[in-house]
Amino acid sequence: MQKFIELLKEALEREDEVRMEDNFREYDEWSSIAYLSIIAFMDDQYDTQVEEADFKKLKTVQDLYNACTNK
Amino acid sequence: MAMAAAVPKRIVKNREYTEVWSQEVANEIVEKTGIEERRFVDENTCSSDLCFAATEKLIADNNINKEEIELLVFISQTPDYRMPATSVILQHRLGLPNNTIAFDIVLGCSAFLYGLSVVFSLMGKSGLKKALLLDGETRSKVYSPRDRRNAFLFGDGGVAALIERDLKFGKSTFSLNSDGSRADLIMIPAGGYRHMSSAETVVEKVIDEFGNMRSDEQGYMRGGDVFNFVIREIPRDIINTLAFTEKAIDDFDYVVFHQANNFINSYIAKKMKLDTTKIPSTIEKFGNTSSVSVPITIVSELKGKLDGKKELLMSAFGVGMTWATGIVPFVDCKISDIIEVENGQAV
Repeated sequence: MQKFIELLKEALEREDEVRMEDNFREYDEWSSIAYLSIIAFMDDQYDTQVEEADFKKLKTVQDLYNACTNK
Repeated sequence: MAMAAAVPKRIVKNREYTEVWSQEVANEIVEKTGIEERRFVDENTCSSDLCFAATEKLIADNNINKEEIELLVFISQTPDYRMPATSVILQHRLGLPNNTIAFDIVLGCSAFLYGLSVVFSLMGKSGLKKALLLDGETRSKVYSPRDRRNAFLFGDGGVAALIERDLKFGKSTFSLNSDGSRADLIMIPAGGYRHMSSAETVVEKVIDEFGNMRSDEQGYMRGGDVFNFVIREIPRDIINTLAFTEKAIDDFDYVVFHQANNFINSYIAKKMKLDTTKIPSTIEKFGNTSSVSVPITIVSELKGKLDGKKELLMSAFGVGMTWATGIVPFVDCKISDIIEVENGQAV
């Protein structure tokens, strides 16, 4: 989970804390490129792909983590 | 082989694209996509005009005898008319003989590679000696300036390539692929015959919770799904093509990618551990010109660098979805300076 948080912070280019219950779209750093960066590490590190329609349903950092780890 | 390109004179600087968008948004998008500026045609200029200007330059610079041209293929998804094919109009404008084989290829971002494959095959089979492959797009007329996801990405351009059949060129290899299950990832929903034009289809509507607007006759793109598709399929196709030809990525002098955005290409380069000094880029100055982006990158960045024999690997992907990898030897390819077009004429 720590690794996941690090990857997420890197994708968002965020230095502030990331908590599992946070709504990631509310971060200042959230953007369409951050979204692509997240897709990139999900593919690269977790061999996971999430379709755009399904990604819209993910709200919290916990949701993202679950998508990567429960396949 | 010889190549030339023409772009509209009008430069649209993304940081100054603030009629609809704030300076902050514009700056952020430039930082994230790497697209500083693009070229936009005026209302009197079409893709065919860009290609016509590029072809005239190509002909002049290379002393081409028009009577010897046997084949003209025009690639575009922004043709002059729905009917007739623009290639035939160009046959007449260029003063080519009536026995010139002329047709259009309507495909999108991977079309230049498909086009090369088609022209090479046709020439090889039919004994043709000289062909023109033209590729032009005016994507500035396709996407809504009020749709933030697309407004800053696309630009216009046209290229012309002279293709000659000669043993000195050696063998080319193409991998050409299609996946229609993803047809709705990048689309102009109305204006064809499935959903014909009407008073409603041309009206710009708000299409999401952010206030982005477009009509059904303007393009949309599902960025996330396109990215997923690219990172999964493109490295795999390149690896398969290399295996088929028993070549390694280091064997190539240049690797030319479709210029969709910096992020995608950097990611692929990183994933495949490519030597970035061999990967030219024109996204910064032309944006995404769809099928024109691979050839215009060659014309813009490889002028003077293609003397002798050079091995190029080209990779293009996009609307369809279709994707292609091409391994093509270039021998003494003469590249003309890029020219500018305004009001349909070279300036």
